[in-house]
Amino acid sequence: MKKTYKIEVDCANCAQKMEDAAKKVAGVADATVSFMTQKMKVEFAEDVNQENVMQEVLKACKKVESDCEIFL
Amino acid sequence: MTKKQKKVFWRIIVAAVLVVVVSLIPVKGAARFFLFGIPYLIIGYDILKKAALGIWHKQVFDECFLMAIATVGAFALGEYREGTAVMLFYQIGELFQSYAVGKSRKNITALMDIRPDFANLLVDGEEKEVDPDEVEVGSLILVKPGEKIPLDGIVREGRATVNTSALTGESLPREIETGDEVISGCVNMSGVLTIETTREFEESTVSKILELVENSSMKKSRSENFITRFARYYTPAVCFLALAVALLPPIVQLAMGMSPLWAKWVIRALTMLVISCPCALVISIPLSFFGGIGGASAQGILVKGSNYLEILSKTKYVLCDKTGTLTKGAFEVTAMHPADGVSEGELLETAAVCECFSNHPISRSLKAAYGKEIDQERLSDVEEIGGHGVTAKVDGIPAAVGNEKLMKKLGMTFFSTEEVGTQIHVVKDGKYLGLLMIADVVKEGAKEAVAELKRNGVKKVIMLTGDSKKAADAVATQLNVDEVRSELLPSDKVDSVEAILALKNRGECVAFVGDGMNDAPVLSRADIGIAMGAMGSDAAIEAADVVLMDDDPGKIATAMAISRKTLGIVRQNIVFSLVIKFACLGLGAIGYVNMWWAIFADVGVMVLAVLNATRALVYKRG
Repeated sequence: MKKTYKIEVDCANCAQKMEDAAKKVAGVADATVSFMTQKMKVEFAEDVNQENVMQEVLKACKKVESDCEIFL
Repeated sequence: MTKKQKKVFWRIIVAAVLVVVVSLIPVKGAARFFLFGIPYLIIGYDILKKAALGIWHKQVFDECFLMAIATVGAFALGEYREGTAVMLFYQIGELFQSYAVGKSRKNITALMDIRPDFANLLVDGEEKEVDPDEVEVGSLILVKPGEKIPLDGIVREGRATVNTSALTGESLPREIETGDEVISGCVNMSGVLTIETTREFEESTVSKILELVENSSMKKSRSENFITRFARYYTPAVCFLALAVALLPPIVQLAMGMSPLWAKWVIRALTMLVISCPCALVISIPLSFFGGIGGASAQGILVKGSNYLEILSKTKYVLCDKTGTLTKGAFEVTAMHPADGVSEGELLETAAVCECFSNHPISRSLKAAYGKEIDQERLSDVEEIGGHGVTAKVDGIPAAVGNEKLMKKLGMTFFSTEEVGTQIHVVKDGKYLGLLMIADVVKEGAKEAVAELKRNGVKKVIMLTGDSKKAADAVATQLNVDEVRSELLPSDKVDSVEAILALKNRGECVAFVGDGMNDAPVLSRADIGIAMGAMGSDAAIEAADVVLMDDDPGKIATAMAISRKTLGIVRQNIVFSLVIKFACLGLGAIGYVNMWWAIFADVGVMVLAVLNATRALVYKRG
């Protein structure tokens, strides 16, 4: 199950960091962040609560880049 | 500017004015520290905060950290004005960068913005404005002049000219009328159309294209991956280098009994930190690729990812399907050979009338060549003889249209030619009227397309086809392709691609261009698959990496030119920023570069790189 979220991030390097952080969250099978389109695409593992996972993803991203936003 | 950018803009103005004012006040020591501290905090508080948060979250080595250390260090050494200036220019650079990126993002997304906002649904003759999502297959929708066609469908009523440029890059409008298929995303320029939808919005052309484009920047190129890996090691490495510059020389000098000159070496180290900021690289490379993808889509070329743009630039072998790719994939009357005393008009008219009841491709091509409306009443006693042709009465006179076998069966004497194609013989009232040649014709511009590929550095253009050797060779000579492989089954095509893949040198790539149902396996097997979009099958478009929306083979060379331009810009930016950075770093370490040069090496290089990157968006033919 893949879903795309709108994000707000100011620098390309930070977008990369968000991608790395999101990939490490439990329940995320894969994640890609596009700085240019300001979008995050998340592929969820099976049988997970996507909302809870995304909360974790947001937390993880805030940790690596305090200035980012994911519009859930 | 966005709200965030406006806020930074005003902070820059206020801080810049304060710096100038404070510089004019003749105070020294602590008073000067406090006076410069005001503009410094105004301009830099968020950077300091982010640097602190970064350390707290164990994400130490980022730009904010570099800037914070450099400026705080400058303050500690009494270089208040330089410290504030570094922060000020850093913010100016950041603002410019976010503005430039936002602007090109907007330009590019505007190019790709083909999403229809609504559909005029007809319910019991009343029209209702609804979301395209809600329209079911088989509904009737109304499209007025100036509106986008929201869903794929068939025109049930009305005729109009539609502009397909958003989809195909083709500026010539297309005429459509009742019975024609239309694809979503085109703009209706004149006339009201009633369309019966054949697909849901999700499945419609416009949604598929949007999805492709939106996902395209998710597939990262090798250059982009290189930069992320590079940045990961580069920033910490520079920090440790700066630390070494700050500590080692003074300690050595101390050990040798000389004065350690702490301040001098620490300033050099701080200068290096300012220079080292990797943002010029990190920002300009994805921006260039995105610009290239945007520029290509303005030409009707959809590239599904930056990695494919990279492969396109390295393509040395182009394998092409014949039918539908280099040829029109439709039969046309290519020659007429009337018997003595018979006019071409009579020959064609008899053939067209005899075939007018049928929808066979050959019949259609005859009718198309005739061009006039045919009164079906003129035809009677039609008898179709499978594998031979047709016998009938035209205006009451017996006639026959068909191949050699039919002529032999009727015991007619006939002639034939050496030309490539299907021969259609015509008989009327027991008399042989002559012969029509029907063949698939080469697309306009296909020959130039092959020549253009050669000019773009392609070593070999190879045509693969399931068609007969005779037909394939004829097209090949006409187009000047290097090699032909004919009478291939779909699996043979895959084998051919694999043979070329084995043959090529390292660093060279193989492209396959196709359109048909059976091309999907070959498209995915080649390094890069290019599909003809408007006519191609959905499966082929799905399997392809690049889609040419207007089916013009000439666009292959255009796509390659765009990719090479983009890659050129990327390379320029990598080399340019690294050379300046390393030169300044080296000079900084031995004290030849001061803080002001350091600011140029950081902000200036970044601005230039971003400006260079935006060139990727523009493509000029020629």
